[in-house]
Amino acid sequence: MIENIKFGLLSPQMIKKMSAAEITKTEIYDADGFPVEGGLMDPKLGVIDPGLRCRTCGERMGNCPGHFGHIELVKPVVHILYTKTIYNILRVVCHDCGRVISKKPLVGKSKRTCPYCGAEVKTVKFEKPYIYKLDGKTLNPQELREILEKIPDEDLSKLGIKGGRPEWLVLTVLPVPPVTMRPSITLETGERSEDDLTHKLVDIVRINKLLNENILSGAPDFIIDDLWELLQYHVATYFDNEVSGLPQARHRSGRPLKTLAQRLKTKEGRFRHNLTGKRVNFSARTVISPDPMISINEVGVPLMVAKELTIPVMIREENLDEMRKLVLNADRWPGANYVIRPDGKRKKITRENAEEIAKELSPGYIVERHLQNGDIVLFNRQPSLHRMSIMAHRVRVTPWRTFTLNLCVCPPYNADFDGDEMNLHVPQTIEAQAEAEILMEVQHHIRSPRFGGPIIGCEQDHISGCFLLTKKDTFLERSKAFQILCEIGMRPGIDFTLPKKNKISGKDVFSMLIPKNINTEFKAKACRGCEKCRKEKCPYDAYVVVKNGKLVCGVIDSKAIGREKGKLLSLVEKFCGTEEAHKFLDRVSQLGIRYLDHRGFTCGLDDYDIPEENLQDIRKYIEKTKQRVNKLIEKYYANEIEILPGRTAKESLEAHILAELKGVLSYAEKLVLENLPKSDSLVMSQSGARGSLVNLIQISTCVGQETLLGERIHRGYRKRVLSHFNWNELSPEAHGFVKSSYKSGLNVYEFFFDVMNGREGLMDKSLRTKHSGYMERRLMNALQDLKVEYDFTVRDGRKVIVQFVPGEDGIDPAKSDWGEIDVENILLNTI
Amino acid sequence: MNFEKLKEELPEKIAEKIKEVSRKYKLDENKKNKLVEKVKDIYEKSKYEPGEAIGVVTAQSISEPATQMTMRTYHVAGAAEIKVTLGLPRLIEIFDARRQPSTPMMKIHLKKDYNTREKAKEIANKIRELKVEDVVKSSVVDILNNQIEFFLDTELLEKYDVTPEEISKKIKEAFKINIRTSKSKITVKLREGEEIKELHKMKTKVLSLNIRGIKGIRQTIVRREGDEWVILTLGSNLKKILEVEGVDTTRTVSNDIHETARVLGIEAVRNLIIEEVTKTLEEQGLDVIPRHITLVADMMTVDGIVKPIGRYGVAGAKGSVLARANFEETIKHLTQAALAGEVDTLESSIENVMINQVVPMGTGVVELVFSPKKGKK
Repeated sequence: MIENIKFGLLSPQMIKKMSAAEITKTEIYDADGFPVEGGLMDPKLGVIDPGLRCRTCGERMGNCPGHFGHIELVKPVVHILYTKTIYNILRVVCHDCGRVISKKPLVGKSKRTCPYCGAEVKTVKFEKPYIYKLDGKTLNPQELREILEKIPDEDLSKLGIKGGRPEWLVLTVLPVPPVTMRPSITLETGERSEDDLTHKLVDIVRINKLLNENILSGAPDFIIDDLWELLQYHVATYFDNEVSGLPQARHRSGRPLKTLAQRLKTKEGRFRHNLTGKRVNFSARTVISPDPMISINEVGVPLMVAKELTIPVMIREENLDEMRKLVLNADRWPGANYVIRPDGKRKKITRENAEEIAKELSPGYIVERHLQNGDIVLFNRQPSLHRMSIMAHRVRVTPWRTFTLNLCVCPPYNADFDGDEMNLHVPQTIEAQAEAEILMEVQHHIRSPRFGGPIIGCEQDHISGCFLLTKKDTFLERSKAFQILCEIGMRPGIDFTLPKKNKISGKDVFSMLIPKNINTEFKAKACRGCEKCRKEKCPYDAYVVVKNGKLVCGVIDSKAIGREKGKLLSLVEKFCGTEEAHKFLDRVSQLGIRYLDHRGFTCGLDDYDIPEENLQDIRKYIEKTKQRVNKLIEKYYANEIEILPGRTAKESLEAHILAELKGVLSYAEKLVLENLPKSDSLVMSQSGARGSLVNLIQISTCVGQETLLGERIHRGYRKRVLSHFNWNELSPEAHGFVKSSYKSGLNVYEFFFDVMNGREGLMDKSLRTKHSGYMERRLMNALQDLKVEYDFTVRDGRKVIVQFVPGEDGIDPAKSDWGEIDVENILLNTI
Repeated sequence: MNFEKLKEELPEKIAEKIKEVSRKYKLDENKKNKLVEKVKDIYEKSKYEPGEAIGVVTAQSISEPATQMTMRTYHVAGAAEIKVTLGLPRLIEIFDARRQPSTPMMKIHLKKDYNTREKAKEIANKIRELKVEDVVKSSVVDILNNQIEFFLDTELLEKYDVTPEEISKKIKEAFKINIRTSKSKITVKLREGEEIKELHKMKTKVLSLNIRGIKGIRQTIVRREGDEWVILTLGSNLKKILEVEGVDTTRTVSNDIHETARVLGIEAVRNLIIEEVTKTLEEQGLDVIPRHITLVADMMTVDGIVKPIGRYGVAGAKGSVLARANFEETIKHLTQAALAGEVDTLESSIENVMINQVVPMGTGVVELVFSPKKGKK
């Protein structure tokens, strides 16, 4: 185990000491295509060809980690990533004796002298990218290094340097990374293509050699300086190819080279791409589709996938026969793909050698068997925004080609079936499987830690069905009730006993599913918030009472079993445990669907038929509103409009008009509630299964005002939105009021306004995701180290206490009742 | 049953609720005790477990609903209100701990004696900042005579109850400059020897001069809230407002995080962050338990100063080099770590992910107390 990682600077001695070879030659390969010794692909630097052995450690590819080499630079060069640091050092030390003479950087013109040696302190200037000037005179890296060398060791702590000597920031020896981290690739044509780093290193070796030759031959100073500068450039871009002020080093094709800094940086860099994100085996991905008949904690896995994914099983005496059978099946599911002998050798099982291997099997062998029903797997959909985005499911092998999942688990994954794909991972060790089962299985995540209520609950048809079933006037033939309950997998006499009556009420049927110890009272969605609640005698049957697991009164809708709101569901989870809640959810959702199967459930256009006289009413009302708006506009032109504080006259007018037009919808709301025919569409809206009252109004009576950025629509042509209107017209219809309904159809400009509104929604969504994505990343990075310690304090990575009691009362929201402990429910359900 | 003792054993809120419920159902002593036992039992079971990665859960709980937020920046709540930044932009602004919120706002509560409509209006008028530009109809730079003419709007003068003399007095005090005043015009003459380009500078300076009121308070609205009158302001100046007579200093708040830190201190900021985030989420109809928000607020304020969630704040002050390098500014963190000779002790999560080791969280915190001596059998 790695206990810690130390960071520091490499000294020239150290670089040489760890070097396996000095690189001096510019050629990489000789005429025969073998790597040149002393070249950048020196065989001592490691192996990248399969079959060869490393010249330094003798290991084969994969085992040899590679070895560093080095280049002796003829003249020192500045390390480009430390130019700022060097500048900051120069500003606080004496350039003669090297002592630290100031806490703050020395600036200003006032001449000062060094308190240690009395030398006059020179002013330092730094010019990007790597030029330093002392009193106007340019320092070359050699001179720079000499100043840094003078700084005594005891002064280094004042500079905050503990990783090495400051002069090491001016390089005299350059480490050459092993070939394993810059492998060359052989193209199909047989041509070799080198890594970007190798290209850069070749440049450095070449200029270094040239510089050496020139110095030896006594070339004039300006040539040497030019070459020195060039060497500096190459070394700089070798470290970082995105330094401002330096031209980027480019590949022959014109593509900028990816050098060391670029390899680490950004989302595609080593850190974020390879170190924090890892690729895995034993995973599968395919399209998902729904299957309401499987349990919420199951996932349908295509046979093809099940035969490819495996789980290793260690053979014992007890499972020898079972495994032998699997091996004999070979690639016929349920079979096995590989056998691992005790000596570590893997063998592929084929139909031909199956019998042979089966005979050979004995305890100690490991069989990699196919995925089978009941195996634990992890199931995930991206973006993984919360912990419920990856949960453990039980495998159910299916003959189809998609993963199938129960509809109740769509919300935590935020999945739908318009082509979504999901990932599946198979935990390989028993520890991992146990952990997945105990911590990650779906039923343990019914309650979301975000708000402390169920995030997995009944959806759409489940709610419609239960709503219709539990209505006051629903009675079933005894035989039918019996059949429905059996259809959802309940066993007569064990799981349910029907009352001895010929007609069984829907409420009684539903009661069969509620655990016997549940007691509660709450208001259903149908509750109209009457001034005086009549409780059990509610005229709308909106007061739900459950006594000892029997639904006494009230109708079951989204407030009882729906997600995020379901009180009954929450209660079952709290007082009967997750397993019971799992069973409850499976049964309730299937009950809803089964009942709808028997009853029939359909929507049609006539669901939205409103009597003609009511339509007349609304048209009249719109007409009246328009007149009022016109009056407002007249007032505005007459400068008599009531000005709202902090608004201009025009803004005030807009506010007034918007308020007027909102009145239309509230009028329509009343109308629709009273006059819409009883239909299945209405059931959906009333039960909270799908669709809101607004949807009903917009389809049946009037779409209403379309808004853009919360205001009436003003964008468009000059002085008007569309050419259908007059210039500067302020009337409702000229700025997005749609008086038609979706059913009656919109006219041209109304349609355009409606689409404008729709487009705003789309734009908003796509722009928002990137902002919230970044916010999530930052929040995650800021808070990821926080954990609850054994002493129940919350501490961060530095072990600083952030909260003495987590959440101020220590309650885990995932185990709470909407963030709290509901004492009343405890009383009702346990005592 | 002793409720005082109960409060020590259970969180106060729960103890209170037990009291309330047992009163409602008229429980006898025996049942009461039973209930207390049961509640205690359930409370114990509902507690966080050691090792829980509470930070990650919190981050998820806040950012998951944030993906559903609207980007809509402005919101008009009711007809007579101030436009405020809301939704995701506001949330990001709070976590960023920006120097200046994009819509600084204050809510001023009043003391009992001042809690009438009239008095509230009076205070609101008094604190509202009046600048020269608020009463100037138009202004002309007269290059020929080296002077600037400001034409006053007499109607506005009347409305705000100021005289041209008052204004010119203020200008004189502020700039020590020659001034001529008439009923609807103020002429500012530049000093001798000043360059013409100074004229334009002077014009903007004069226009933004404060005539009266508190600097930064651009708009005030008096509103009834419950049974009291409050003043909402656009613009914020907490320090000066708290000095105004009649203002209830215990409840008046500003939404400016840094200003609150300066005036009221770090604990006030913690509460402000919780308040503002809760408000923003609630307004969007998103259901997030306050305990998550308190944790973020605590994290931003533990060190006694307001730290943003981001590279210059909490995330940049991590103990681990690898964790910092992973977040942002990879190269900077690595080079500085090398220079300082830092040691990464791999004590928290992300570093261990990087090197393929068990993360010390959740089931990973469990360790052997006994550590076998190294190198010995």
